[in-house]
Formats: sequence, structure tokens, C-alpha cells
Amino acid sequence: MLDIRALFGSVAGSMTSPLRPDDYWATINPLWSRRRLSGRVEAVFPETPDTSTVVLRPGLGWRGGLAGQHVSVGVSIEGVWHRRTFSLSSPPGRPDGFVAITVKARPDGFVSRHIVHALRPGQTVRLGHPSGRFVLPDELPDRLLFVTAGSGITPVMSMLRHLAEGRMPDVFLAHSARNASEVVFGEELRRMAARFPTLRLYEHHTRPAGVRPAGRLTIAALSAICTDLPERMAWVCGPPGLVDDAESYWRQCSFSERLITERFQPAIRPDGGPGGRVRFVRSGRETTAGAGTPLLAAGEDAGVIMPSGCRMGICHSCLVRLSGGRVRDLRTGDEHDTPGDLIQTCVSVPAGDVDIDL
Amino acid sequence: MAAPTHLSESDIEELGRELDRLRAEVLASRGEDDARYIRRVITAQRGLEAGGRAVMFASLLPPAWLAGTAMLAVAKILENMEIGHNVLHGQWDWMRDPDIHSTTWEWDFSPPAAQWKYSHNYLHHTYTNVLGRDRDLGYSMLRVTPEQPWHPVHLAQPLYNLALAVVFEWGIALYDVQIERAWRREKDLDETLNHLGSALKMVARQARKDYVVFPLLAGPAFLPVLLGNLTANVARNIWAHTVIFCGHFPDGTTTFTEEEIEGESRGEWYLRQLLGSANISGPATLHLLSGNLSHQIEHHLFPDLPSNRYAQLAPRVRALCERFGLPYTTGSLPRQTANVWRRILRLALPGPTRSGTGETSAEPVVRARAA
Repeated sequence: MLDIRALFGSVAGSMTSPLRPDDYWATINPLWSRRRLSGRVEAVFPETPDTSTVVLRPGLGWRGGLAGQHVSVGVSIEGVWHRRTFSLSSPPGRPDGFVAITVKARPDGFVSRHIVHALRPGQTVRLGHPSGRFVLPDELPDRLLFVTAGSGITPVMSMLRHLAEGRMPDVFLAHSARNASEVVFGEELRRMAARFPTLRLYEHHTRPAGVRPAGRLTIAALSAICTDLPERMAWVCGPPGLVDDAESYWRQCSFSERLITERFQPAIRPDGGPGGRVRFVRSGRETTAGAGTPLLAAGEDAGVIMPSGCRMGICHSCLVRLSGGRVRDLRTGDEHDTPGDLIQTCVSVPAGDVDIDL
Repeated sequence: MAAPTHLSESDIEELGRELDRLRAEVLASRGEDDARYIRRVITAQRGLEAGGRAVMFASLLPPAWLAGTAMLAVAKILENMEIGHNVLHGQWDWMRDPDIHSTTWEWDFSPPAAQWKYSHNYLHHTYTNVLGRDRDLGYSMLRVTPEQPWHPVHLAQPLYNLALAVVFEWGIALYDVQIERAWRREKDLDETLNHLGSALKMVARQARKDYVVFPLLAGPAFLPVLLGNLTANVARNIWAHTVIFCGHFPDGTTTFTEEEIEGESRGEWYLRQLLGSANISGPATLHLLSGNLSHQIEHHLFPDLPSNRYAQLAPRVRALCERFGLPYTTGSLPRQTANVWRRILRLALPGPTRSGTGETSAEPVVRARAA
């Protein structure tokens, strides 16, 4: 049987060759592209002095995601596209079809500072599809525990908003911030806790106003407050110290399967080594990179179009084939030198001269 | 090198440093305005192309045919020259936009991007005007400089250069395959056939679009649309041929030998690019439609700087030429074109030695000041 759609597609394709019909749609409105997913900024509002929520209208081809997942966002700064990964803070399936990311401007974060302070409604950003395993299971456990610190609340906020749309299960949320006013989503969390008797909110403030600074939130201390902690399914997201603490606590108690964690920074193992020359075989570019420079950054600086995602070794969007040479994984210190191996460029550095199949 | 001998080695190095400084200045100031420029040109080009083809569908009315054909011709010229040529040079790679990038771009022209990039970006831009190395010096069939040995076939070169202008894109596609090198066993035969295959695929894809798909879609306007597309392609071919031939073949441009470029320094490389290229003077529209190849000198000095910056660089490069007593060859389009054709006619005949060509040698814009 004649496939009308395929025929139509092939005629449309030969009409626009060497471009695709999609390229023409994208020229009229980036949101109409299905191949290069974009989003239009609908609103940017501050959550705290250094954290903003960006509400986006995703373009055609947006497939949605699960509460707690992250998404790659590309912004053009001074004409140059930069891609970073951020957790979604909105629940899936908002009635208006919008999605939101909540971003904290880190002092040395060129891209995050731009998003928080310079992004304006009407501007276009590029989007990836949501991914990540920091999500709720299909069948909700009876009791849940969320432990977050700082902007680590973001993916959990997406989950809580999602849960708040139905029947709130038994949730214990422990959140650490410098003080009450620096709690991202502070007011909404407190309102939510007041509204749902099954939601318990415990705020830990490390620099409370007018009081002596407190120590960091530890799982050991938390277990005294949340006494049924071992029986809860736990999600932990925050700085490396908190996530490391949680992982070792749950490991010691031998119930690691009840813990799901998300990191915003890779746990890096520093090491010397001179780095090396990096050759991108297919594009014919060459550069040098030190032992601390991930291949992703080296490639981007050399003008190579590098696939990228989370930039911390989680999402595997940046996988490329090693053609030759040796690379070192920044997190584990493991070295790989098998040609044809797929390597994560965002956490791999050259250990000597390297050839990359790009 | 066959360069003006009044420059000392340190003069040439100083010239190189000055040009490096110009380059660094542009690199440091690339930004949002440049990105907006190329995006605007791309949007305009796509609008013109879609609009031109749509207008042509009403071709049974002669003014519509004319307007549609003109729009399409301009769209094709922009696509090949200001967009395609310059994107494939990597001028816009710094934006990190995978849709406007030398490694992903394919153009509406016969030579496949990958083959063209090798023959143009590498061979031509590295060995500019070096006899025996720069295949663009006469495109393996024309005698454009007296240093090229004469062959009886050159008697016909005025004719076949005219023909080349009309089918320029196919000529370049075939030329990039480097068939003559396979013939001389310098290039692997399988590789050559492979390259020929992908070039023919490009040619077929374009022919299908312009001479089958769109005419068929036009229904009763089949023939006018086919002729309109043909006219647009030929107009683009003649325009590209004209602009490109004004880049390196007018009087005032210098050729070099392989011995002269041995152990060439960066300063000497710059100097060769400068002496081997010629600009076309004219209004901003001319620069846009020529893909800024009207700033051939600036393009050859800085092939990977965004084309919209060449106009700003031109007066400064010219000032450097004045300071160092170097020629800065430029002229209007009619003048340079007439000049190139005169040369092609003259060199169709055997001889002469350089001194007897009747050519004016490179005229410095300002004579070297007695230092």
C-alpha cells in the first residue's frame, strides 16, 4: 500500500533539500521545530536573592517527563550557545503545558548567573528531553523521606507538587538552608505542610539570624528526629557532603536499595598527570588539555560540536567513541584505553594523547 | 619569495604581528551582534527562497515569473556565498550552534561540503597562488598566469571559461573530485570514484528539486517554473564565477613558486595572501551578495573571521599596506572583470614572459617611503 505520509515527507524533503522542512519551520518560530527542541521564556521570578524560577513554554516535540528529572537547557550568551543541566521544579503535566526550572546562581557559574539575572521573558532557550532516575516509583511506598539542602530541593519540589495534586502520602521532608529566608520555595513548603497533615517539614538552618551558627545537617542527627527513617524510602539531593553522608549511612545500615540520590556536582578525584594532545578525528581539530580539563570543555573551546548533558557524569548524553589514546575518569581515577569504547567526555580527561571519534 | 624586495625580514614579521593584533581584536569582540547578523541573513535567505518559489507558481503572469526568478536567484546567491561559503570556513563555529556549523552544514550547491572544504579551505587557502600547489590557480584548465606553461588547449580557454561560468557549480563539483590527479595516479582510483559518486548524488538531488519536483508541483506552470529555476541557477553560477575570478586573477595579484614558500614564516604567509588576492570595491549590497569575497584580501588573511567584520578590517589592512609600501589591489566589479577576461584572452596564446604581458605589475597604493 502506498504510504501517503512517507510520500509526503519525501516530497517535502526534496523541496527543502539540502535543508529539512523542519529547518524552515524553525526559522519562522523555533518552537515549531521537532528536531531542535526549544522553549520560550514565559516568566522569570526570583525565589531567593540568588535563585530564580524560569517558566518555559516548550516547543513541539516536547515529550514531557517525570517529577524529579532533569533537563538540558541551552542559552545563547553573547552569541555563544552554552548547555547546562537543571532539575525541573514543575510537576509533570501542568494544565498550561508550561515547565519550570529553578536555578541557583553560583558565584563562579557563568551560565547559571546569566539565567538567574539576565534571562528575560520572550527569549528562546534550547531544551533536551527530561531524563534521570531521581524519580518516584510507579507504585508509591507508604512512607517517604526527602532530604535536601540548598537548591537540592528543586527536583523534590517537582515531586511534592506532583504528590500534592493527589492524595499526599506519609512524607518527611528535611531541608537544610542557611536561614529561613534562604529556603528556596520556603513559603510554598510551609503552606503545603500546613495543608497536608501527612507531610512533615523539618527545616535545618545552618546560619539562623541572630543565633549561633549550627552544624551541617547529618543523617545521624536526622535519624533522631525522624525515628522511622530506616523504614522510609529515601530521596537525597544536595551538596556532595550531604549525599556522601547519606550513601555511607544507608550502606552501613545495609538498606541501600531504599536510597535514591542526585548530585549537582560530580565527586571528583584530583590527580596530577600532564594531560595531552586531543585530536578530534572526524572534524580534524586538535587542541591540548590539562589533566584537569574534561574532554567536553576542551572540545567546546576548540570549536567542536560536542554532545553534552549534565556535565557531571550522570546522564550519558556526552558519550563519544575513543579512537585512540588513554583517558582518565575524573570520579574514579580509572583509565580507559580501548579504541571503540564509549567515554563520558564531561568527566574524562586526557591521560596522554587522545584521539576522539568526533 | 617573489615579494617586494624592499621589506626586510623584520618588516615582514612586524606586518605579521600587526595582522595578528587585528585578528585578536576581532576574536575578542565577537558577540551577540555578529550572531544576530548571520541569523538574520539566514532568515532572509530562507524567506526569499520560499517567497521566490511561491511567487513563481503564479508564473503564467510574466511579472510574477520575473519577480520569483529574481528572488530565487538572490536566495541562491546568498545561500552559496554569504552563508554556505562562510559557514563552511568555520567563521560561525564559535557560536557553538550545531545548526550553523562547519561540521554539519550542507549547501545548495553541487560540490559536497566535505570535498569542497578539503580542496578550498585546505589546499587553496594554505597554498594560495602557489603554482603547482594551489589548484584554484586556473582550476586545472585555465591559463591565468604567464608562469603556467602554454598548451594548445588553452587556445579555446575563452570559450570554455564562458561555458564554465554557466555551469560553474557542476564544474566545481567535478573539479573537487580531482579527476585529473586520479588520471596521473596521484589520487587513489576507488577514492576518486567514491567522491565522484557523492558529487553526482548532490547534482541529482538538486536537479530533482529544481527541474522535477517544483515544476511538477506548479502544474500548468511546469515550464515557466522549470525555466525560472534554471535561470536562477545559471545567474548564481555566472555571479559566483565572476566574483571568484576577481579574487586572485586580476592584474596586481602575484603568483609564487613552491621554492618560494619553503620554510615560510607566519608573516610571509600573510604577505603572500595579501599579494595574491584582490578586492572588489562597491556598495554594501555588493559585499553581501559576493559573500564578502569582495573583501578577498581580508578573507585570505583571516579566512575564519566572521564575514560581516571584513568591511571594518579593510581600511585598517589598507593602512598597513600603505605603511609597508605594499600593493592593495582593488577595483570596481566591471573593471576587475574586464581585467580578468583580458588576461584569459591574452594567455590563450603562447608566451609571453612576465615582462612582456603588458600587465602592469603590482602598484603600491603608496610608494614605499624611503626608510
